[in-house]
Amino acid sequence: MKKNILKNSGVQSLLAALMCIILGVALGYIVLLFINPAGAGEAIITVLKNFLTYSKPATQMKYLGNTLVKTAPLLMCSLAILFAYKVGLFNIGAAGQYCAGVGVALYAALAWNLPWWACMILAMAAGATLGVIVGLLKAYRNVNEVISGIMLNWITLYLVNILLTGVKEPTSPYTFPLTTHAPNAILPSLGLGALFSGNQYVTLAIPLAVILAVAVWVILEKTKLGYELKATGNNKNAAKYCGMAEKRNTILTLAISGALAGLGAALLYLTGFEQWQCSTSSVPAMGFNGIAAAFLGGLHPIGAVLSSFFIQHITVGGAYVDKTMYCAQISDLISAIIIYLCGFVLFMKYAMNAGITKHEEKAAAKLAAKETEKGGNQ
Amino acid sequence: MLLLIQYTLTFASVLLLVALGGCISERSGVINLGLEGIMVMGAMGGALAMRYLPAGSPAIVIILVVLLAAALMGVLYSSLLAVASINFKADQTIIGTAMNILGVAAATVIVKAINTAANPDDVSSVIQYAVPKQAFLVNMGGFEFSWFMVVTVLALIIIHVLLFKTRFGLRLMACGEHPQAADSVGINVYKMRWAGVLISGALGGLGGIVFITAGVSEWRFEYGVAGFGFLALAVMIFGQWNPIRIALAALLFGMFRALSNVYMGFDFLAALDIPSQVYNMLPYIISLVVLAFTSKKSRAPKAEGVPYDKGSR
Repeated sequence: MKKNILKNSGVQSLLAALMCIILGVALGYIVLLFINPAGAGEAIITVLKNFLTYSKPATQMKYLGNTLVKTAPLLMCSLAILFAYKVGLFNIGAAGQYCAGVGVALYAALAWNLPWWACMILAMAAGATLGVIVGLLKAYRNVNEVISGIMLNWITLYLVNILLTGVKEPTSPYTFPLTTHAPNAILPSLGLGALFSGNQYVTLAIPLAVILAVAVWVILEKTKLGYELKATGNNKNAAKYCGMAEKRNTILTLAISGALAGLGAALLYLTGFEQWQCSTSSVPAMGFNGIAAAFLGGLHPIGAVLSSFFIQHITVGGAYVDKTMYCAQISDLISAIIIYLCGFVLFMKYAMNAGITKHEEKAAAKLAAKETEKGGNQ
Repeated sequence: MLLLIQYTLTFASVLLLVALGGCISERSGVINLGLEGIMVMGAMGGALAMRYLPAGSPAIVIILVVLLAAALMGVLYSSLLAVASINFKADQTIIGTAMNILGVAAATVIVKAINTAANPDDVSSVIQYAVPKQAFLVNMGGFEFSWFMVVTVLALIIIHVLLFKTRFGLRLMACGEHPQAADSVGINVYKMRWAGVLISGALGGLGGIVFITAGVSEWRFEYGVAGFGFLALAVMIFGQWNPIRIALAALLFGMFRALSNVYMGFDFLAALDIPSQVYNMLPYIISLVVLAFTSKKSRAPKAEGVPYDKGSR
């Protein structure tokens, strides 16, 4: 019998993700209708079009570039989340690890004038350090990684605010711009900027993030390390019984996850696209949006590339809605609804499988009935 | 000093209400990570009630309506967690996280829409409630006593009695420890867990309105509730899922949080010249240290976080 294409788990993930997106956008549309029915259709199209709102192709490319600049860090955060999740750990601390990456990368650049690659490595180290703290607490003190991660998120936020106050402009809460104060800390563009109508923020960060997505996939699926980590995630005790160092694996996983998140911060802040506001009072949303991207991408690194782009696409698109009627946060609302719906993915897959089995059973029964009929005629 | 006590009691009230909510939900077997989002929604419900109540309403009416609105909003919003994690067996961590993001986003969108509808030039997410807020406050010789403190103490007593002295409470806890066993003696696990989550929604919503009325008279909903929902979870763990111990933990954490508001009033602390950010960090650092020492012998409900499936016994 021909194998049903719907049985493939990759296809199922894709369908489930599409279902989440469609439902999420539809619910967002309904919210817009409630707020002001007059412009709802136009607004939702604006959100989905993002840079395509501009009519000139050159301008479109430039703003596509901006979306990509912010997709790179989001992708890194979602890789951080999914890497840990594959090992059975929910690294909600990615938001704080990202925040630590921002602090260290900017401080290394502005206070010590280090070159970009050194800033990048330090940012990774900062994220990894936080990951190790969560890992140690989890492995040796049985502290739930979600709670400790959240506590560390806030601690890191305040630490970074204190740290970066040393390198901020005296009259505003923002850190010094890299272009004037630390030009050699800016990531090299590799000529990519020219492709996007001279968008100076398009740098090596974007291809690097995609390469790392592939690397994460290879590590998880094709190496002994990845296999051990996943085994530890599936059953800690079984892994220990098989001679794997389950405590070391937990800590290592969170260190890698933290390093990915920390690097993500460097990939955004070392382009000079944004400056840190030293009076920031909430943990940057990037890490949390990473959760959305990871789950929407079906917890697959390549899926994460696509879902990160989509989420960033609608987030940036939200800035273009007609402000006299709606607010930009409508995109956050849609992303949040999508994450919520991602919780139902397992159920959707279960329903799909149940549907297929039912269908097959029916087909088999029909076939059997035909056979008996044939037998009776003979 | 008086100010420190006042702030300590206020923040302790918030933490206690929300931590009790977390406690009853986890006792029924559902981890409620969405408390932060529930607080935001409850705060919005209460703040909107204060905004729309006609000026000059009697204090008792304001108090009751605001409390009811906050609790109701919390209950409604927490049903999102209940339906996903109980009926659809979704991952409670993802749903909780989604609810936190959704809570802030939804509250911002709703409040902005209301503000813009009232005045096209107003695109802020701020609700002001300086006047109606006075209904909750009684000034007693420099000490601002708040009716919220009474509500909190009542909630503590009710939850304690409910959990340990009533048939309902004992059944609810059974569902968090061993749902299969509970089911085998005829307890409806799904119903009990729904009850746990909805009660926790009401308490979380109340915590939200207490939080945003503490010390300020307007709230910008983009800010959420600054991690208080999570702090409350730490309080709950520190209190080992026991209401009385949670109350003591809430007082301790509340004091550290209050310090960051009033440390300038103490000469020796002001003289140290430590950035205010350090005081903001304190409650989180303390909870991390405390968790490191208490989690080993944690008395968490055994079946928390595990969706109950009737088919698997």
